[in-house]
Amino acid sequence: MIEIIRPLTQLVNLQSPLSLNDYISEGGYQGASKALHDYSPKQVLDLVGDSGLKGRGGAGFPTGMKWSCVPMFEADDDNAPAFKYLVANADEMEPGTFKDRYLLEGAPHQLVEAMIIAAYTIAANRGYIFLRGEYHLAGKRLQQAINEAYQQNWLGKNIQGTNFSFDLYVHTSAGRYICGEETALINALEGRRANPRAKPPFPQISGLFGQPTVVNNVETLCNLPHIVKQGADWFKALSPNSDSGTKIYAACGRVKSPGLWELPMGTTIREILYQHAGGMAGGFKLRGLLPGGASTDFLLPEHLDTPMDFDSIAKVGSRLGTGGLIVLDDKNCPVAMVLNLMRFFAQESCGFCTPCRDGTPWAVEVLTRIEQGTGRKEDLDTLYNLCDFMWLGKTHCALAPGAVEPLKSALRYFSDEFEQHIDNGCCSYQQDNIVNKSLTLQSSQGGAVHG
Amino acid sequence: MEYNVNTMPPINIVTIDYKQYLSVSEISSIEHEVSIMETREAAGIEALRIVQEQRGWVSDESLYAIADLLNMPEAELEGVATFYNLIYRQEVGQFVIHLCDSIACHLTGYQQIYQAINTHLGIGYGQTTGDKKFTFLSNVCLGGCDKAPTMIIGKQHYQQLTPENVIDILNDLASQESEHD
Repeated sequence: MIEIIRPLTQLVNLQSPLSLNDYISEGGYQGASKALHDYSPKQVLDLVGDSGLKGRGGAGFPTGMKWSCVPMFEADDDNAPAFKYLVANADEMEPGTFKDRYLLEGAPHQLVEAMIIAAYTIAANRGYIFLRGEYHLAGKRLQQAINEAYQQNWLGKNIQGTNFSFDLYVHTSAGRYICGEETALINALEGRRANPRAKPPFPQISGLFGQPTVVNNVETLCNLPHIVKQGADWFKALSPNSDSGTKIYAACGRVKSPGLWELPMGTTIREILYQHAGGMAGGFKLRGLLPGGASTDFLLPEHLDTPMDFDSIAKVGSRLGTGGLIVLDDKNCPVAMVLNLMRFFAQESCGFCTPCRDGTPWAVEVLTRIEQGTGRKEDLDTLYNLCDFMWLGKTHCALAPGAVEPLKSALRYFSDEFEQHIDNGCCSYQQDNIVNKSLTLQSSQGGAVHG
Repeated sequence: MEYNVNTMPPINIVTIDYKQYLSVSEISSIEHEVSIMETREAAGIEALRIVQEQRGWVSDESLYAIADLLNMPEAELEGVATFYNLIYRQEVGQFVIHLCDSIACHLTGYQQIYQAINTHLGIGYGQTTGDKKFTFLSNVCLGGCDKAPTMIIGKQHYQQLTPENVIDILNDLASQESEHD
């Protein structure tokens, strides 16, 4: 059996992450050192471009291309902005996704090193790690790593004797899914409500406080030390597919051993689910799955041999997203699952644009009716219409289209289930119907503590 | 009735310096956050969190005080405070239970955990027990999907919950001495 190379997770230690000195003795900070001493920013940019690294936060945008839009200035240019910003998006709130938490808690220095490389490339002098509020342990460990890095001149002024200076801070979010959208995240960092901004201007031109800003996902960034250290060809060769590198895949739901695994980009769903997650838990059968978090389309058992890379998953009608499989079994009701997802999106909608603010709660209302057995035939048409009203191009950002993806695909793949709920006036799965009903009542009355 | 400005009683405007509501350590923590941002109001969210950490929740007085300190309108800060899930604008109990109700916990039966807590403490989402020990809230995905169902109380994540072990956790906490006594 060929040994799988796992650059991202080889130094992860969840119990007690490596201190700076230990991290260095394991080969850490060699990538940053090489970038700062041997390469110009343009050379690192070209290297990352050549490596084919794509964003791991869900959209899969080429990282090199994202960076190439940042305006660069000569040292004596009067038009140069006082600050350029690099932000690590550690606001991991996509349901069914927990990969960044693993990297943050297990190898905080890897992210610090990665951010030094990224900041050097785009000539950013200030960086923030935008961390979700619930990740207390990650926050503590990141701050510790940053302090160590300052002490040994990996952060601060004239890093390692070069002309490059970079300050790095942790910002803890107060919790809202929409903060994961990069322009909403920028508003949150400015202390505002996290409503997404209109684009253009793109953040690379006018982002945080109106200055050039790049926002990258944690997993994306963590690839950088390895790419710089080992080269673009090495990174491409990690994957047998057209997409480069490895990917941290995960599986949750009623599978035998839920968890996450760093595997070559393009590993098939079947391999992740059956070899790594051990298949379905005893007594449960596979019904379908969301391949990359809550805001991706359902796939069916017939799609199991699809490679989990951006293009292949798109070809079968879904998205790679965050690479976290959410597995639906035969004892869980598909309608209830979609209702749970839609409730999440309705709660987390920022309320800025009408299709999302009104559409997502409307979908929740209709789905609740169907799930509780009081659905009407025309409800299905309403849901189809909502899928259209909330689709791309009709909303301010990607939240509502993301909410549509599981709904639309469930209506297609599990249409018989929806119809049975309406025809029979009940949900046939509900062994705990009473609990669900009381929960629905509770949430409609609202937990008013946060205003 | 004739309306004569000269004969009207003067309006008594009381100016309150709300900044006095903040402690020295709170102000110094907030000023540190201000120092790493380009504008004062950018520290608003961190300031709310700093005060909440000290006092358990953000009262009107605290909110006005932070707004004054950051030179921003109270209404704007209120808009920020009510936007975010983890800022409490009502008094909460000593322990705030955040039970995850997102998809992985749904598939693995968080409903039973809800029911167990609900029965044990006699409160639903958004409610606080009479002795002000516990407040019960739902939370979106806590990133513990491989060990679902999960919840957070304080800074502690609890995973692989069952209707039985969740009661043990609550009993353990209830028997602890109150932090603020």
